[in-house]
Parts: sequence; structure tokens; C-alpha cells
Amino acid sequence: MDVTSILAEWTPYLIGGISLTLGLVAIALGIGVALGLPFALVQVYGPRPAKAAISAYAWFFRGLPVLVLLFLFYFGIFPAMGLDLPAFFVGAVVLGLRGAAYQSQIFRGAIQSINEGQMIAALSLGMTRLTAIKSIILPQSLRIALPGWSNEYPEILTDSAICYAIGVAELLTRTSQIVAVTYVTMPIYLCCALIFILLNYAGMRVIHVVEKRVAIPGFGAGAG
Amino acid sequence: MEPAGFITDILIPALSQGLVVTLQLIVLSAPFGLLLGIGISLGRQYGGKNLSNICKLYVIFIKGCPLLLLLFILYFGLPSVGITLTAFAASVIGFILCNAAYNSEYIRGAILSVKDGQTIAAQALGMTKWQVIREVVLPQALRRAIPGLSNEFIYLIKYSSLAYMLTVIELSGAGKLVATKYFAYNEVFIAVGIVYLALVTFTTVAVHYLEKRVAVPGMIH
Amino acid sequence: MWSKKELPSRASGQGQDSPMKDDAFVLRVEDIHKKFGTNEVLKGVSFNVRKGETIVFIGPSGTGKSTLLRCINQLTIPEKGRVWLHDDEVTNSGPKISYFRQKIGMVFQNFYLFDHLTAVRNVEIALLKVKKMDPESARRQALYELEQVGMKGWADHYPAELSGGQAQRVSIARALAMDPEVILFDEPTSALDPELTREVLEVMKKLAKSGMTMLVVSHEMGFAASVANQIIFMENGNIVEQGPPDALLYDPAYVRTRKFVGQFADLTQRKD
Ligand SMILES: Nc1ncnc2c1ncn2[C@@H]1O[C@H](COP(=O)(O)OP(=O)(O)O)[C@@H](O)[C@H]1O
Ligand SMILES: [Mg+2]
Repeated sequence: MDVTSILAEWTPYLIGGISLTLGLVAIALGIGVALGLPFALVQVYGPRPAKAAISAYAWFFRGLPVLVLLFLFYFGIFPAMGLDLPAFFVGAVVLGLRGAAYQSQIFRGAIQSINEGQMIAALSLGMTRLTAIKSIILPQSLRIALPGWSNEYPEILTDSAICYAIGVAELLTRTSQIVAVTYVTMPIYLCCALIFILLNYAGMRVIHVVEKRVAIPGFGAGAG
Repeated sequence: MEPAGFITDILIPALSQGLVVTLQLIVLSAPFGLLLGIGISLGRQYGGKNLSNICKLYVIFIKGCPLLLLLFILYFGLPSVGITLTAFAASVIGFILCNAAYNSEYIRGAILSVKDGQTIAAQALGMTKWQVIREVVLPQALRRAIPGLSNEFIYLIKYSSLAYMLTVIELSGAGKLVATKYFAYNEVFIAVGIVYLALVTFTTVAVHYLEKRVAVPGMIH
Repeated sequence: MWSKKELPSRASGQGQDSPMKDDAFVLRVEDIHKKFGTNEVLKGVSFNVRKGETIVFIGPSGTGKSTLLRCINQLTIPEKGRVWLHDDEVTNSGPKISYFRQKIGMVFQNFYLFDHLTAVRNVEIALLKVKKMDPESARRQALYELEQVGMKGWADHYPAELSGGQAQRVSIARALAMDPEVILFDEPTSALDPELTREVLEVMKKLAKSGMTMLVVSHEMGFAASVANQIIFMENGNIVEQGPPDALLYDPAYVRTRKFVGQFADLTQRKD
């Protein structure tokens, strides 16, 4: 059997893997933003103990390998909590929690880069701090954070392959299964690499389009 | 659940052995990752059109391809074309290839940030192209690239755990074996995590020290 | 006063010229043409430089003065024209250009000191790497050159720790260390405050008196009037007029020269 027909035969299976991979990435990015942004706000505006707690969180999740985090949560923490979660879910949550640690740093840097005059001007107009953050600080800092944030996508995409280790049937896992069944190795691995690279490229294109959409003329960081 | 003396008699010896392997992986990979990274950035910046494009494609491939897949290619894939590597060798090569690609991006960025006047002045003194690169461009670029390079070094520490997926019993692998055997996942992986945190934190401190050592007044990193 | 005899390591075999050339021109520049895209920057510039001469180039900005200097040491490659150092052609010299660049020093408007090296390392780096001097003699010579420009006390400081005037003096020392036959100065004081300008001009004056051959792009008319043997007025990529300071500054032949020179108040005052 030649390689093309093998690939053709397994295409639906690979597509299933791609959708699980993208599912991991989407959920992880979602969790990352949903937690990373509030974490960043706490780190800039929050009380001291809360700041320390977020710093410790970031230190922990940034210091551990993805593999160890996956093992820890999949075999350790979740079962100990009495939760019997599917590997896919654990993978997405771990990637998301870890992403939140990285993203909180990105957002924090962006928020801190906003000139403090912006906050003062907002308060002088009678805005509350919360309103000022919501309608003045965040719209600016999110734009500034976007280039840095966009690097999270390729990182989480490639990291998602590590979910192989806990048996999530994502793209790399399925690729390995096909290799094991067909004994065709290199072409299938390279095909898998190509898919990852294309997913990477496509995602970055989308992010660039978004970046252009939200760009404000003369607003520095949008351009650089 | 676990026998008495689990930590001292079982966990610590196992993790110590694993740590030695992890350190071997890192120590073997990092220098070559740096050298190859410098080579790629120079090839991309100063090489001819072909070399430059090859370096560019290389970086795109490595950055887009999950490291675990790269390791599979090296360990399970290469034998099909007649190259058989041990799991350890495949891991080290994979880490070097990966580390170098990311390093080269930081170095290239730093090379681009070296001001024109610096190379013009060096040329005006009679330096050859290679001397200009070695004496002026690289010393400045590498200093500026230190934060990025150390970031990559920290990634290397963490991603060295993937060698376990090729059956290299390094730190996390050693932990996994003990955890499975004694059914003590939380304890073991927290212990493993502490070791990684220690490595990463130590590296961060060491890098700050290094940065201070090689810092030059007025040269912004 | 700029005695170089004190330094035993100075004599470098290959750089020495045979005495028969002493009267000849040190540098000959012949019909240099340079375009950047469609922008014709140099339209056939020629002049000769005698040993020990100081030539000051003046002219409006964008006229091609910097480009001309860079064509002389081939940092910019002209489309047409030739440059000779004594009897050796500098243009089209292939790898030998490294030798010519040692013999033709250059000092830049923005100093271009190597940011990662201390003052003394800046001066010795090319001695070590280009001249392959041994570290001890290189260090000795570097300190000597720094002393000549009054910067020995700053040897271990980095460029960012120096004032503009100090940095420029180090960069002059760096050029001098190569034992050049000619030094090209491209607006060496334009980036400096008047106070700092003075200290750099002092060094340059001393250098000119010591017999160094110098090509200086500068609008320091006081310096030009007192130090230059010749002044060359350039405009639009051409030499308009050339002559000794008295003629060119105070009695120019061309209206264009007169107009340009007239802008410099310090000269008019002197004339009065
Ligand atoms: N590297 C370059 N590329 C394109 N144009 C240049 C370059 N260098 C100089 N020029 C142009 O050449 C002209 C002369 O510049 P320059 O020699 O710097 O003049 P000057 O030193 O007399 O002010 C200017 O129009 C300038 O824009
Ligand atoms: Mg100029």
C-alpha cells in the first residue's frame, strides 16, 4: 500500500485529531484569558496578599514542565478531589491554567505600560476606578498586549501535543497510532508536522487580522 | 499506602538518579543549542540567499512542529531511513535542534539591533567582515540576547522532561515510575515539581548574576 | 609636540613608505561618481592631498561630503573614479582594502565608539585583531594614544560614561592607533556643545601641527581659517571652489561660495 492511499484512508481519523487539538487550544486560550486578565488586574491594582498569591501561582505554573503538570493533575490532584475527569478535559484545563500564568504577566506588563495620566484623567472626570479600568485602561492595554499575547497561540498549540502523555486522542496521539498500525513512519510524522505548521500559520493569520482591525492610528504599541 | 521510609529510601534515591539524567540532558544540549543558534542567526543574516532561506525554513519548521513530535521523528522515524539513535541521543539532538531555532530568533533580533555605526567604524579600522561580526556584532548582540536566551534555557530545563516519552528515565520519568508503583501521585509529582522549580529559580538567579557580570554601562538589554 | 618616537613599538614594517615618495601626493582622488538610486550624489570629484596638509570641506548639507569621505576608504563604493594612496590604488583593491583602511583613519560625527568596550579596549581592538599586535604592546600603545588626546584617565570607562567631547577624543585616539597616513574627519564636532567642541578642536589642531594629513568636513570656520591649508567648497556633488583659507573665506571667486560663507557670523566678525 502506498503512502498516499494510507494517508487518504486515515484522513478522517487525523481530522478528528485536528479537531481535538484545536479544542484543547481553544479551551486553554479561553481559560488563559478568563483567568490571566483578572490575575493581571489583581497584580496591578489588588491588595498585597492577593498580589503575592498570584505571583506564587505564576511561579508555580511557569516553573513546572507541562508533562509534570499533566501527570500531577491527571493522576494526582483531580482523582484526589474525587473527580474522574476525561483526559481531554484535564489536558485543556492544565494548558489553560498554565496559560493563565503566562498571560497574567503579559497583561500586567501592558497595563503597567499605560501612562498613569490616563487613570488620573479618568478619575478627574468623575469615573470610579473600576469604570476607569474598564473603559480607559483595558481598551488600551489589551491592544498593547495583543502582539505578546498572540505568541501564546503557537505555544499552546505545540504544547497541546504533550497531552499525548495522558492519552488524549489529539493529533500527535493519532499520528502515533497510525504509525504503529501501518508501519509507515517518516511520511506520516512529516505529514503531522506539516499539519501543525499549517495550523500555526493559519492561527497567526487570524490574529494578525484581528490586530489590524483593532489598531488605532498613532497608538504606539498597536503597530510595534 | 506507601511503606515507612518511602521518602528517604525510595523517592529521594529515585528522583536523584532521575535528576542526574535531566542534568546530563541539559548540560549536553544547552551549549550546542547556543552554538547552533548563533550559526543559524548568522546564516540567516549574513549568508547568501539560499543559506538564509534554509535557516528561515528551519526555524519555521522547528517552531511550528511540537517538540514531542520532533523527538518521535528522531527516535521512531529515523530508523526507517537507516539512522538509529539511542533514546538519550535522540532526546539531546531534539533539544539542541529546538533550542537552537528559538535561540537564533533572539540572536537575530539582537544582531538587527546593533547600530550601523558600530559596523561602519569597525570596517573603517580595516576589520574584515568576519572580524566585524566576531569582535563587534556578536559581543553586543549576545549581551542583548541574554534575557531571551536564558528564557530558552529555562524552557530547555522544563522540556527535557519530554525525554521520558522516549523512555529516558530522567527526573519526571523517575517520578512517574515511583508514583505508579506506590500509587502516590500527588506526593511524588509535587516533589518532582519542587525540583524543577528549584532548577528554574536557581537558573533565574544565576542569569541575573551573569547579566550583571557582563553588563556594559549604557548598553540596554 | 606630537612626538611618536617615544613609542618603540610604533614602527610597523609594511606601512613605511620609501623616501622617494615624500614629495608626491599622499592621496589622489580622481573623478569620483556616486549615485544612490537615481540620486546623483557625487558628479566627478577630484583633488589631491599633500603630506601634512589639512583640507577642510565645507558646503550645504546633502551635498555629498560624507559620501565623498566614505568613497575614499571604500565604505561606499563609487560607480566611477579612482582613489590612490601614494602609488597604490585604493579603489578596486579587493581584500587589500583592509590595509588601506588602516592607513586611512576615519572619525565620525557620532563617534561610533564600540559600545561594549571600554575606552582603552576601543583603541586596542583593531591593534589586536587587525594588526595582530601582541596584547602587551597593544595595551601600551592604546594608553599612549589615549594620553595624547588627554583621555588616559578614562581608559577603563565605557562609551556611555563619557561626554561627547571625551568620546570623540577617544575615537580620534582609536584612529591614530592604527598609524594612519591620512585621517578623514566627518563633522567631528557637529554633535557637540560649543564647550565640548573646543576640546576636540584643540586635539585636532595639535594633530595638524604634528604633521598629520587630514581631510576634515566641518563648519567650524574658525578652525578652517586657522588650521586648513586648503578649503574646498562643495555643492550638489561638485567642487565649486578650492583654495587657501584667505582666498576662499574672505575673497571667494564665486557668488555661491560667498553666499555660503556669508552665513557664518564668526567669519564676518573676524573680517571686520
Ligand atoms: N546610504 C545611502 N543611501 C541612499 N542615499 C544616501 C545614502 N547616503 C547618503 N545618501 C544621500 O546622498 C546625499 C548626500 O548625502 P551626504 O553625503 O551625507 O551629504 P553631506 O555629508 O554633504 O550632508 C543625500 O541626499 C543623502 O540623502
Ligand atoms: Mg555629512
